[in-house]
Amino acid sequence: MNIDLSRRGFLKLAGAGVAATSLGAMGFGEAEAAEQAHVRAFKLASMTETRNTCTYCSVACGILIYSKGDVAAGENAVITHIEGDADHPTNRGTLCPKGAALKDIVHSETRLTAPRIRRPGAAGFEEISWDEALDKIARALKDDRDANMVLTNDLGVPVNRWTTTGFLAASATTNETAWLTYKTVRAMGIVGFDNQARV
Amino acid sequence: MTNPWTDIKNTDLVIVMGGNAAEAHPCGFKWVTEAKARRGAKLIVVDPRFTRTASVSDYYAPIRPGSDITFLMALINWMIQNDRVQWDYVRNFTNAPFIVKDEFGWSDGLFSGYDPEKRDYDKSSWDYVIGEDGFAQVDMTLQNPRCVWNLLKEHVSRYTPELVAQVCGTPKDRFLHIAEMIGECAAPDKAMTSMYALGWTQHSKGAQNIRGMAMLQLVLGNIGVRGGGMNALRGHSNIQGLTDIGLMSNLLPGYMNVPTEAEPDLATYMSSRAFKPLRPGQTSYWQNYSKFFVSFMKAMWGDAATAQNEWAYHWLPKLDVPTYDVLRMFELMKAGKVNNYFCQGFNPLLAFPDRGKLTEAFSKLKLLVVMDPLETETARFWENHGEHNDVDTAAIQTEVIQLPTTCFAEDDGSLVNSGRWLQWHWAAGTPPGQSKRDTWIMSQIFQRVRTLYQDEGGILPEPILNLTWDYADPEEPTAEELAKEMNGRALADVHDLKDTAKLLTPAGKLLANFSQYRDDGSTMGACWIFSGSWTEDGNMMARRDNADPDDVGLFPNWTYAWPLNRRILYNRASADLQGKPWDASRKLMEWDGEKWAGYDVPDIAPTSKPGEVGPFIMNQEGTSRLFTRGMMRDGPFPTHMEPFESPIANVFNPEMRGNPVARVFVDDAEQFATSDEFPFVATSYRLTEHFHYWTKNNRINAALQPEFFVEISEELAALKGITRGGWVRVWSKRGSVKAKALVTKRLKPLQCGDKTVYVVGIPLHWGFVGAARKGWGPNSLTPFVGDANVETPEFKAFLVNIEPATGEAVS
Repeated sequence: MNIDLSRRGFLKLAGAGVAATSLGAMGFGEAEAAEQAHVRAFKLASMTETRNTCTYCSVACGILIYSKGDVAAGENAVITHIEGDADHPTNRGTLCPKGAALKDIVHSETRLTAPRIRRPGAAGFEEISWDEALDKIARALKDDRDANMVLTNDLGVPVNRWTTTGFLAASATTNETAWLTYKTVRAMGIVGFDNQARV
Repeated sequence: MTNPWTDIKNTDLVIVMGGNAAEAHPCGFKWVTEAKARRGAKLIVVDPRFTRTASVSDYYAPIRPGSDITFLMALINWMIQNDRVQWDYVRNFTNAPFIVKDEFGWSDGLFSGYDPEKRDYDKSSWDYVIGEDGFAQVDMTLQNPRCVWNLLKEHVSRYTPELVAQVCGTPKDRFLHIAEMIGECAAPDKAMTSMYALGWTQHSKGAQNIRGMAMLQLVLGNIGVRGGGMNALRGHSNIQGLTDIGLMSNLLPGYMNVPTEAEPDLATYMSSRAFKPLRPGQTSYWQNYSKFFVSFMKAMWGDAATAQNEWAYHWLPKLDVPTYDVLRMFELMKAGKVNNYFCQGFNPLLAFPDRGKLTEAFSKLKLLVVMDPLETETARFWENHGEHNDVDTAAIQTEVIQLPTTCFAEDDGSLVNSGRWLQWHWAAGTPPGQSKRDTWIMSQIFQRVRTLYQDEGGILPEPILNLTWDYADPEEPTAEELAKEMNGRALADVHDLKDTAKLLTPAGKLLANFSQYRDDGSTMGACWIFSGSWTEDGNMMARRDNADPDDVGLFPNWTYAWPLNRRILYNRASADLQGKPWDASRKLMEWDGEKWAGYDVPDIAPTSKPGEVGPFIMNQEGTSRLFTRGMMRDGPFPTHMEPFESPIANVFNPEMRGNPVARVFVDDAEQFATSDEFPFVATSYRLTEHFHYWTKNNRINAALQPEFFVEISEELAALKGITRGGWVRVWSKRGSVKAKALVTKRLKPLQCGDKTVYVVGIPLHWGFVGAARKGWGPNSLTPFVGDANVETPEFKAFLVNIEPATGEAVS
């Protein structure tokens, strides 16, 4: 089941190939080169193809994401199409009603695009800069940790436990995000730490 | 999952109980279809509702929510009574022959040692008799009346088909038919697989539900074999990975534990983690705990973790309670004892129980930080949405910062699937607007906190100032750098422990796997079970060779499976005592006279002789456990417990409510209802068109299942005068929701003794933001209590009432 030919390469060949082959079969052999030159390739062939995994359940179906532009090359890339990866052993190209609609969650109207703050008692959010948001968060963490870190228990045993700040991590993030999150949260002494596995 | 998704094709019988795979895991369920079509496998579904999985099953039986233990213990009883036992497996690969202390016993629904004041057991009697040689005593003939097997036999003898009918509401003939189908899989050349999900975990005794099936699978000899196993169909794309890395209150990566106050120093912490084998010659792999622990500490704090400072042991927090799990945190929050709370890709306002309590708790926070690609109800808990979120916005003083993050398609890295495959993926799109990767956000927050400590000093700055941060760009570590940290690296030359002249890995290089982890500070590695995933040979998680030699279904060179690229756990148990496969047509591992060889990476040392080293290498016994000693809080065997809210008293002990050792906070206990006031049983579930609360942000899925409904039987509709498609109000002692009624034949009243039990099904995909119509989740109604061992909330069985209501006309 190993496919050496990339799907993108296959699509490029197939578009022109089908047209040329049928002409050849009808006795227009010399027209082949001309046809090859002008038949338009499938639109997907001009896209960047990226291997990814469905973000929903943990069957972890393989998907192919097609984008206009190549992020790996530092370009701006707009995702235009997502489909099941036929090479993937588990899903073999199939997707469920959620996976089949993945592109629309990427482009959902309710995607967040800027840091925002809702002030105490306010009726709405307002935009703030990343710097302002992150400084505010860091200050809140430092002040709360300094005020409430439990250094020892009643018996004088060092416990270094911080219970007044809690952190919920996301079980749809990567292992690598999870490890960085783990590292920083634990180093600060936070114990109110969980992810969706608890639920 | 013990086995990968692709192995399900090798099964003879699938039992889906505590899950609904066709609906919730459709593309994985395809392998059930494959087994049915090509092997003639059968599918059994046991569920309160005739689900989409049931609709393609060979046999279906209904069951009352929360009564699974009775059903499972009755199956084990039936197997024993009818000699459907894989005897060689049970005798040699389980702890059936182990002798248990005379003081251990069970009566009135409770095991020995119960203290009603503490709501806890003294578990000292739940253990083996240890001989003078320091090993557990065994009777391989299984004659000793105190051996685990005879205790199990006695324990399950109470669970008759008649008791199943009375407690579960499952008709006796249906139970017996299922028992006969399952009994066939006791043959060494037959295998059953169990596929379960949150239908088993979300109970106050969820862990015992799962143990019940695991025990049945051991009795049948179905663990470690192709087409067998205990297969937890996990929910989110990386919920397995986050559990593996230990992002939970009480865990360190790789299933190690955060220390407790009773462990004031490293020596004390390690003293209870020696994992000395309980039988001669057994592996007891956790004996390497100190290597995994020290390597983790070196990954955290590098040169600052030294033998002199106990590898920075005191920089780890010490717990005073078993966990600061989410239920405890919201209890504390409601009491005004939590100031800051972070939700990274998490929507707790809809995901945790008793939404009224959650809103009250959130309103007491000073700062809530939400990191998410999407709008969530949690980020807007303060916003008034009429009946869907009726809050006094101006009175809520909580500051909320909402940070936009990338989504899966804009990020590199690995995810662990249900079958423990670590699969790498690549970013494909540019993130919208100012959204950022979580790694950038976490780095920014941490670096700013660290700068404040550098500039101002403060309380216990050391663990923050010394945290390893040797990334090329400290502003944003790459996925590659982080993955390599988890794999582990030699800090000094690592030599073979037996042949010290032999250099295994030179200083600075990536370790080949966790067998090279050391506890002398010469190695670092954040997550030992992932070691081997990114080595000097490259990123194993990015491998894409989908060859499957002999169509075994293991795909050994596709990405990477933890541990050590092993695809089926306990695979040595696929062969008999001589090392010959139980089923020649389903060979997995085989002893070739000198070593173990086969399609998978062997569980045990490749040269350990069959008959000497047991297959369950992580256990001190070398065997699996039918009896779990004192390792679970609510008993060494599963015993029937009712949900905290139940229409029926516990048949063994009418005074006992719920799980007798589950933690219950005082205010929440007052919110438990009885069936006098709330006569109907409710349960929550998912639909195939939606994923939790995400896909309502997607117009396609919102169009496929646009609005909240509850599902009831025709009988309940008739009883309450509810019309098909009409509005209803459903309420519990904690909250109320309004929905359209889906009246179906898929739910039927259950006859439990003289009691008729009506079930209300409540799907969970709606809220007050997104593209779908506004609705509610079941968590507006559910009780605030969790499993006694792991605190997973009881979403699958609670009490409600229902009545016709009015609402706007919908065409």
